[in-house]
Amino acid sequence: MARITASVYTSHVPAIGAAMDLGKTAEPYWQKVFSGYGYSRQWMKDNQPDVVFLVYNDHATAFSLEMIPTFAIGTAARYAVADEGWGPRPVPAVQGAPELASHIAQSVIQQDFDLTIVNKMDVDHGLTVPLSLMCGEQHPQTGAWPFKVIPFAVNVVQYPVPSGRRCFQLGQAIRRAIESFDEDLNVQIWGTGGMSHQLQGARAGLINRDWDNRFLDRLIDDPRSLSEVPHIDYVREAGSEGIELVMWLIARGAMADMADRPGAKPVVKHRFYHVPASNTAVGHLILEN
Amino acid sequence: MPLEKPYLDVPGTTIFDAEQSRKGYWLNQFCMSLMKAENRERFKADQRAYLDEWPMSEAQKEAVLAADLNRCIALGGNIYFLAKLGATHGKSFQQMAGSMTGRTEEEYRDMMIAGGRSAEGNRRLGEDGDAQPHRQPQGNGRYGLL
Repeated sequence: MARITASVYTSHVPAIGAAMDLGKTAEPYWQKVFSGYGYSRQWMKDNQPDVVFLVYNDHATAFSLEMIPTFAIGTAARYAVADEGWGPRPVPAVQGAPELASHIAQSVIQQDFDLTIVNKMDVDHGLTVPLSLMCGEQHPQTGAWPFKVIPFAVNVVQYPVPSGRRCFQLGQAIRRAIESFDEDLNVQIWGTGGMSHQLQGARAGLINRDWDNRFLDRLIDDPRSLSEVPHIDYVREAGSEGIELVMWLIARGAMADMADRPGAKPVVKHRFYHVPASNTAVGHLILEN
Repeated sequence: MPLEKPYLDVPGTTIFDAEQSRKGYWLNQFCMSLMKAENRERFKADQRAYLDEWPMSEAQKEAVLAADLNRCIALGGNIYFLAKLGATHGKSFQQMAGSMTGRTEEEYRDMMIAGGRSAEGNRRLGEDGDAQPHRQPQGNGRYGLL
């Protein structure tokens, strides 16, 4: 039986990817960001999953205004790295997990979550920066990511984005789906994006350290009540792009203590918070079942 | 019943909703075209001619030519689409975000290193934070990326 062994939460700031791609990680500015991921890279080596179910948002890359799926699951065998305007990031293509992804799609749709199924999409920094942060530099041709990935894209670009509650419940449904897959697989679920940031208008650069840290506390201890926070609170307190944090609730909802027959509370293996990376507050958690 | 918009009283912030999306459809789709290297080259070679291939308003085209992201957003643009325009001009997200505040690149970067912009006074219109309309521009910069 497939099982969810851990969840990982991290920001996916594009400048972090650029810092790695351009060899700037030793600069003092970036060293402060990457210092929070040293533990995580060792932890990844010690706890290597077969598959990562990676919740992220597409930043007007695979999905233009022609189509805006609220929840999209990738069922392809391979995903190319997108050119977002600066040229594609020099990182390996992403290998998918089509059988598990199709199983999850079927199970979750039959649990009343109407996913969009995607067989062809390029993946942008929302997906590749978390991989780089957790796995370190990989050569674009001769290297490879050390596990398969199921990309799960959430619309947080055009309002309305799904509610925190819907995301949390979707996470619970994804847990049921993964646990009903026959093959014996070690699966991690990652929630990415955030934390507080705003990329537009006179309010660009907004950061809310207190709010972010309360979010981390509540995500660990009381995600169910956290999932009731309305959108407007995210916008006011964490900036218009801070709304990405609803995606963390999908990963949290998939943990054992939120299951129909609740398991034990997850163990906090790692917690990190730093301001800034470019425009953004960087938050990072590793929770083990 | 009109769409409910609980977010109109947040200063310095435009939520990209269905109305903005309709207004900015071709502006944003033009930006998507800049994900191809050959289109970026063609755009840079003759911006006006490239823009004239798109059914955008004259105001949208002028905002793009000025690389003024605040104006682009007022006319229906969204930052994740406009990022392709910024990238075509060789700019980072930090340069793009800073260009909308009236701060110079250095002033904006220093604000971020000092912990970013506070939410205090910037949650609702009518307060007195640095993102409020009566406190613009915020520094010695000018609007526009170029």
